[in-house]
Amino acid sequence: MLKIENLHARVEGREILKGLSLTVNAGEVHAIMGPNGAGKSTLGNVLSGREGYEVTAGSVTYNGIDLLALEPEARAAAGVFLAFQYPVEIPGVNNTYFLRAAFNAQRKARGEKELDSMHFLKLVREKLKVMQISDELLHRAVNEGFSGGEKKRNEIFQMAVLEPQLAILDETDSGLDIDALKQVAQGVNALRSPERAFLMITHYQRLLDYVVPDFVHVLADGRIVESGDKSLALKLEEHGYVGIGEGAPA
Amino acid sequence: MNDTMTRESSTATALRDNAEVAEALGRGYAAGFVTDIEMTSLPPGLSEDTIRQLSAIKQEPEWMTEWRLDAYRHWLTMPTPDWAKLKIDPIDYQAISYYAAPKAGLKSLDEVDPALLATYEKLGVPLHERARLAGVAVDAVFDSVSVGTTFRKELAAAGVLFCSMSEAIREYPELVQKYLGSVVPTGDNFFAALNSAVFSDGSFVFIPKGVRCPMELSTYFRINAQNTGQFERTLIVAEEGSHVSYLEGCTAPKRDENQLHAAVVELVALERAQIKYSTVQNWYPGDENGVGGIYNFVTKRGDCRGDDSKISWTQVETGSAVTWKYPSVVLRGDRSVGEFYSVALTHHHQQADTGTKMIHLGKYTKSKIVSKGISAGLSSNTYRGLVKMEKGAEGARNYTQCDSLLIGKKCGAHTFPYMEVKNPTAIVEHEATTSKISDDQMFYCRSRGISTEDAVSMIVDGFCKQVFRELPMEFAVEAKKLLEVSLEGAVG
Repeated sequence: MLKIENLHARVEGREILKGLSLTVNAGEVHAIMGPNGAGKSTLGNVLSGREGYEVTAGSVTYNGIDLLALEPEARAAAGVFLAFQYPVEIPGVNNTYFLRAAFNAQRKARGEKELDSMHFLKLVREKLKVMQISDELLHRAVNEGFSGGEKKRNEIFQMAVLEPQLAILDETDSGLDIDALKQVAQGVNALRSPERAFLMITHYQRLLDYVVPDFVHVLADGRIVESGDKSLALKLEEHGYVGIGEGAPA
Repeated sequence: MNDTMTRESSTATALRDNAEVAEALGRGYAAGFVTDIEMTSLPPGLSEDTIRQLSAIKQEPEWMTEWRLDAYRHWLTMPTPDWAKLKIDPIDYQAISYYAAPKAGLKSLDEVDPALLATYEKLGVPLHERARLAGVAVDAVFDSVSVGTTFRKELAAAGVLFCSMSEAIREYPELVQKYLGSVVPTGDNFFAALNSAVFSDGSFVFIPKGVRCPMELSTYFRINAQNTGQFERTLIVAEEGSHVSYLEGCTAPKRDENQLHAAVVELVALERAQIKYSTVQNWYPGDENGVGGIYNFVTKRGDCRGDDSKISWTQVETGSAVTWKYPSVVLRGDRSVGEFYSVALTHHHQQADTGTKMIHLGKYTKSKIVSKGISAGLSSNTYRGLVKMEKGAEGARNYTQCDSLLIGKKCGAHTFPYMEVKNPTAIVEHEATTSKISDDQMFYCRSRGISTEDAVSMIVDGFCKQVFRELPMEFAVEAKKLLEVSLEGAVG
């Protein structure tokens, strides 16, 4: 589904990603771990097309197409979703309205029929149930005045409604207390399916206790320096990032 | 009388061709078409003779002619105001025609020229019996005259008078004499004096004691003819304990010359009466280089004359090259309430200097001001507001909230709140914010699949929510669409 090859990217003239390669297949959950400043969030931003990130070399192929050639909204319509590390507030814009606009914009871009508000609301209520999220969320403005936990839950809720093929979770676990973390993890688990892949960017092993990944990668200094299964995350928890990746191919 | 008038139908055709070119070059101003219709008009120029002719055409009584002449003489002594934050080329008042009307006589809606009905259809204001807006009575003003008022019988049954000002002067002279100029005196300001001298038409509304007007009333103003000014005059009187909600919409064709629109609106609310006045102003704003567009110089004022009365202004201003407008409320009655909700959007070279005045005279009077200014392109958007607490305004309160949203780097937003507090028990609160649409907000929307343009209109819509909530449903939808069109090309 996703093939990243030798990706180099710059932010404000500084090279952050230095030859990152990664392959993700449908149905897989990959965890990307690594110390601060390794380039974890840059990876998420480059994949979703944020401005200010300049790709200088390498390629990203998504379902056979050149992902980097697409505008952010076209990537979304193609099924790429980024759960933000810092979800953005849009004052005065109703959460349900925003989500329906996004949902229908994506359907329209794919040549599918748009949903009217009645049917959309029905869909939203079903998703709320699955995610065990209170419907009070629907009536508020997008992230306005939300607590940190509510913002992250709202990201997962958006993901549930938009049903992406490739979901990138950028430090969705950071700043959550244990109950909120469990709730977010439960949401992610509910969305796992053979057609959908997850890229979970995280600093801590903690989330992986609740969402068990198929693969764990260590990102350091702009490259994947070590890959393994869940046990790699446990090893990191014990020993830290020191010493990881020594002996890995440069 | 006909000797002094000129025919304009051939020039109208030539103008339409111009307008089509402008259409191709310009932005999406959907109301920019010209109606090809035979017109009678006064030749350009302004003098006591012009005013006498105008008054004669309208078959006005002697007192009305004299009233106009008084205003004209006063106007001649007044300097053009220059205190607002606006750049305007000098206006040649002798180059303007002060009267233009479709030629055919107008007795009832059934006799209205089909071209006119089609014009209003195209603007989304159906006047014909079959297609009338459900539950909204409409008075349609085309250049200098009212071309028809709908639902008159139904309103009359409730005792509500709703007709053109010209008709009111003929039919209800005692009411007009009693209230006209009682809120905005003829010499109030330069443009109000000019309007008093030459006003052509507008709407008259009278709601008798205790009556709740059974439907929304609305006036749709259309400037069509070239080189004419529109000087409408609207008067709404709500007697004791009555209620009325009134809506006003405005459009004009695209033309390269600036056209003058100088209106006066007066509202009178007696004891416990409530008037809600909503405007969606979409006069032609000029093209993206600042050529053409309407000069919109308007005096709107409400007088809460009775105790416990309430006047509420809601305006959405997206059109006009220059807007100069401060809908105000004089809170004379004790415990009376004044409200002002405003969205003013400027793009390209548009300039808006708008706001309100809340004059607290009575005890425990309350006012609330919510102003949302949006500037894009090279435009300039100014909020100017006065809150005045006079000596007798015991326990009066005001709350003002003034927010500005900037789109792009070359536009300007300015806020000038003036406060005069002469009573120590009065409370005045003011909050102001200025923000930009952030890159983060744009990326957030786009990463969810929403296009740049849709993201901008969504964010702007959210910004204006507090004001849109105050508009009647149909107007809120129209206002929202209007903002979208007005912002085309603002980002990206």
